[in-house]
Amino acid sequence: MKTSHIAASALAISALLPVTASAQDLTVQITNLTHGIHFTPLLVAAHEAPTHLFQAGQSASANLQAMAEGGDLTGLEVDAIAANATYVANPAVGLLAPGMSVSTMLDTTGTSNRYLSVVGMMLPTNDGFVGLDSIAIPSAPGTYTFHLNAYDAGTEANDEIINGGGMPNTAGIPVAPGGDGGSGAMGAAGVDSNTMVHIHRGVLGDTDASGGNSDLDSRIHRWLNPVAKLVLTVQ
Amino acid sequence: MKLSIKQMLVSAVMVSTVLVVSGCNHDDDDAPALASYEITLTNLTNAQPLSPPIWVFHGDGYMPWQVGVAATAGLEMLAESGDSSSFGTEADAHSEVYSTSSSSALVTPGASMTYTVMLAPQTDLQLSLATMLVNTNDAFTGLNAVAIASLGSGDEQVIYAGAYDAGTEENLETAATIPGPAGGGEGFNAVRESSDQVTMHSGVVTMSDGLSSSALDQSHRFDNPVARVVIKRL
Repeated sequence: MKTSHIAASALAISALLPVTASAQDLTVQITNLTHGIHFTPLLVAAHEAPTHLFQAGQSASANLQAMAEGGDLTGLEVDAIAANATYVANPAVGLLAPGMSVSTMLDTTGTSNRYLSVVGMMLPTNDGFVGLDSIAIPSAPGTYTFHLNAYDAGTEANDEIINGGGMPNTAGIPVAPGGDGGSGAMGAAGVDSNTMVHIHRGVLGDTDASGGNSDLDSRIHRWLNPVAKLVLTVQ
Repeated sequence: MKLSIKQMLVSAVMVSTVLVVSGCNHDDDDAPALASYEITLTNLTNAQPLSPPIWVFHGDGYMPWQVGVAATAGLEMLAESGDSSSFGTEADAHSEVYSTSSSSALVTPGASMTYTVMLAPQTDLQLSLATMLVNTNDAFTGLNAVAIASLGSGDEQVIYAGAYDAGTEENLETAATIPGPAGGGEGFNAVRESSDQVTMHSGVVTMSDGLSSSALDQSHRFDNPVARVVIKRL
């Protein structure tokens, strides 16, 4: 009898990897790979193992929600400072448009910040964000490439209505930065079935700029993962 | 055969923290030390419950599926109905399979399932895993022969898994052919679609995107990855 009975229980995941790296100079380049989605100001943070800006399968923190629904990094920066993280907020000084790249540097010398995380809201979405959750920073000098996925914070219905709503718990999408959004939509979706942070199912959109279910354009605003490329250079 | 996903949903709620660990019930001082692995599967989709997963520990030579090749009958049943029993029977019959384990509980969107297993050390130890996205015709996800022998105590490996199409059933998306709660229709049907090969999945269309005969709506759409697996050697 090879089959064994197994057990199932919901458990939090602690992402502990062997600590071998020593703190170092890092260059992080991020490219927006999407066709028609802008990234709001990014938060790029090196931190210790227990710190997470977000975790898939866990509820979004209030500060993550503020970022995902409105692009507001204020709360996450407070969290980063409290965690003694080495971080850069808003390296692109504003939006990162489709196809554009931004580089920034992190000097983790004198710290134990050996894990890297990145978040930034995706516009136009309700609560979509590009995310990287706590990858171990390689200790050996070199160049390392990671591909980032689009997450749904699970905190707001993906109604796809552009109405300026960017505050937490306010329905709607703040803006379509490309000037390519519609108006007058009825609403594409109710509340998420999965209210934990999860992989974004993508936006629906439609081709009706003055009505329909969505204010997004299905020919412009859809994406497939990965939505960003991150090139990490360890000095 | 029709599988009741509703029944599985009920059991998913009822299963809590019962852990039964296999092996290690004898005191043989000459036996090699067993290695313990903790494997956590997280459902990253919005509205695709994952059928009760099956794990297979094996060595070189076993592959549960290959892109471009027809699914086995066991994988067909798993991917169309969520029933892993035939998949497990096929694995158990394979000479390179060390052990299999299956759950009786669904993994709902956003939920995680963790189990711990103790195994005799094997230099070629690999892990495979399979589970159906139940609000589809024949989509599944999992791991295909991931080497884990090199994991040392305390090491962990994180894998993000994409969705495959078993290629055994047309993706009609009708209520009659979707076994999950979105359809309540048929699970396994032995008739195979003409292409009959495993591929990556192209996603669901849904009624929200113009397929009026679909029982699915925008909530059931998904993008890769659809699951995360964390393999940790204790």
